[in-house]
Amino acid sequence: MSGKKKNSKILIGKSFKFGDDISTDLIAPGRLFHLRSNLPRLAEHVLEDADPDFAKKVKPGDFVVGGMNFGLGSSREHAPAVMKIAGVGAVLAKSFARIFFRNCINIGLPALVCNTDKIESGDVLEIDLKKGIISNKTGNLELKFNPLPGIMIKILDDGGLAGHITKNKGFKL
Amino acid sequence: MGKTISEKIISEHAGRELKAGDFAVVDVDVVMSQDGTGPLAVSQVKKMGFREVKKPEKSFFFIDHSAPSPRKELSNSHIVLRDFASRTGAVIYDIGEGVCHQVLVESYTCPGDIVIGADSHTCTSGALGAFATGMGSTDIAVGYALAKTWLMVPHTIKINFNRKINKGVFAKDLIIYLIEKITSDGATYRALEFGGEVGARMGIDDRFTISNMAVEAGAKTGIFPSDEITKKYLEDQGRIDCFREITADRGAKYEKIIDIDCSVIEPMVSQPHTVDNALPVSSLEKIMVDQVFIGTCTNGRFSDLKIAADILKDRKVAGGVRLIVVPSSRDTYLEAMEKGVLKTLVDSGAVIQPPGCGPCVGVHQGVLGDGEVCLSTQNRNFKGRMGNPDSFIYLSSPATAAWSAVKGYIADPREVLG
Repeated sequence: MSGKKKNSKILIGKSFKFGDDISTDLIAPGRLFHLRSNLPRLAEHVLEDADPDFAKKVKPGDFVVGGMNFGLGSSREHAPAVMKIAGVGAVLAKSFARIFFRNCINIGLPALVCNTDKIESGDVLEIDLKKGIISNKTGNLELKFNPLPGIMIKILDDGGLAGHITKNKGFKL
Repeated sequence: MGKTISEKIISEHAGRELKAGDFAVVDVDVVMSQDGTGPLAVSQVKKMGFREVKKPEKSFFFIDHSAPSPRKELSNSHIVLRDFASRTGAVIYDIGEGVCHQVLVESYTCPGDIVIGADSHTCTSGALGAFATGMGSTDIAVGYALAKTWLMVPHTIKINFNRKINKGVFAKDLIIYLIEKITSDGATYRALEFGGEVGARMGIDDRFTISNMAVEAGAKTGIFPSDEITKKYLEDQGRIDCFREITADRGAKYEKIIDIDCSVIEPMVSQPHTVDNALPVSSLEKIMVDQVFIGTCTNGRFSDLKIAADILKDRKVAGGVRLIVVPSSRDTYLEAMEKGVLKTLVDSGAVIQPPGCGPCVGVHQGVLGDGEVCLSTQNRNFKGRMGNPDSFIYLSSPATAAWSAVKGYIADPREVLG
């Protein structure tokens, strides 16, 4: 899959479907705590306890699609970070746990709230971040996602929170 | 219009009047991370080009999650934190000092503060009337560098704990009961504000337990108003000067008010693999346990260890069961030592480990084997939490944990306390 098109906010990729309550322990487990100082190595195990083969199958630009309360649990930013390093282009879920959602935006990984019932593993999605539309090319249907709060769009546009702070020498929200 | 506690504290820190739903950049009073999240925060501080922290005396690092270090990669992460703290003047609590949240409430958090921490259970400090919330490492890096963060003022759900608590039932049972009722995302993005006649009388340790688990319902924070009980605690800690009365205004607007009749609550157990998958111990089939763990920021305080010791006195841990006890701080450890609680526990067969997170995070000090069952007083039981996705974690109060250690299966503490 092609990932991000040049000069646009269109993402294209294949979806990997997971269920409800995907915790940060399933994404970046405590038993691999020692790899937090080596995120590329930790990324080789991303989501391993939910799908042992995910890290091998995921291609740059692909999407992780969850159900309710995606990312519940610990504040470890390493969880969205290793998803991003593994190539995940965006996370879609019916709802997100608060800290995980905030962390995604902070590291520049789009986290989109939408009804994921009509997305299956393997479906090819085209996501227009600006328009808020997800086109399921396989299922041949369109889904809308909830727009992000203005503050979060600014942070995403600056490439994440660190980018925002560096660029503006502080908060400019 | 009347304000909730969150609206009040966030307005104060933003320097303007705010209500639920508003966004603001605010000053923060306490910023912290631990050895699992701190190294990334340090690298983010450096990446943003900062060489100093804004308020070193209010910037904290805790080495509690893998302490003492079980392997070289973690030892090296610890060095990163020690070096950064020593260079910037930030405060560091090294191995054996205790769990970050417990040290903060003992020595630093004041009513009315905004506390941010790179640990989801930062909400524990809410028990003292602070707005305390967990964030990721980059947010905390910005907190270290600027002593500021951005927040959305949360809508508040008021939880009234009413009537009375029955014998053998504890704060842990109340909070598990509540989470079972509202589910593990029932309070996402919301603040929980605790009250009711049981809440108003509740001791400070019980409040810590309840605020600690607010995040297990998805909440941003879990706050108790500060009152005479808070004042007495701060006085005992030698910190009376930081006491302020913080309460919600009359007419504060709540998104929802939930009344809990505590008199119907029995000892509760969360079953694998979510906290809201809970039921009364009395309805549970016979679940044999391999390991029992009493400790953590949820239930590792002196009062928790004392309850366990009272049950284990002149009794033995069942054959084939490992009982691990971890005091939540050095002060807790010393008090338990001085008052003979540790001796009672060791006599019964318990293994005592140094203050810290112990086996809760799955790094060390009690990782479960394949198919093993652990009953723990910690706050979450997600698949793989204790280091093995092929194991099973149940959660309960220290009383249920201690009695179960004696029986060898998950057992109702009212059999011994009733």
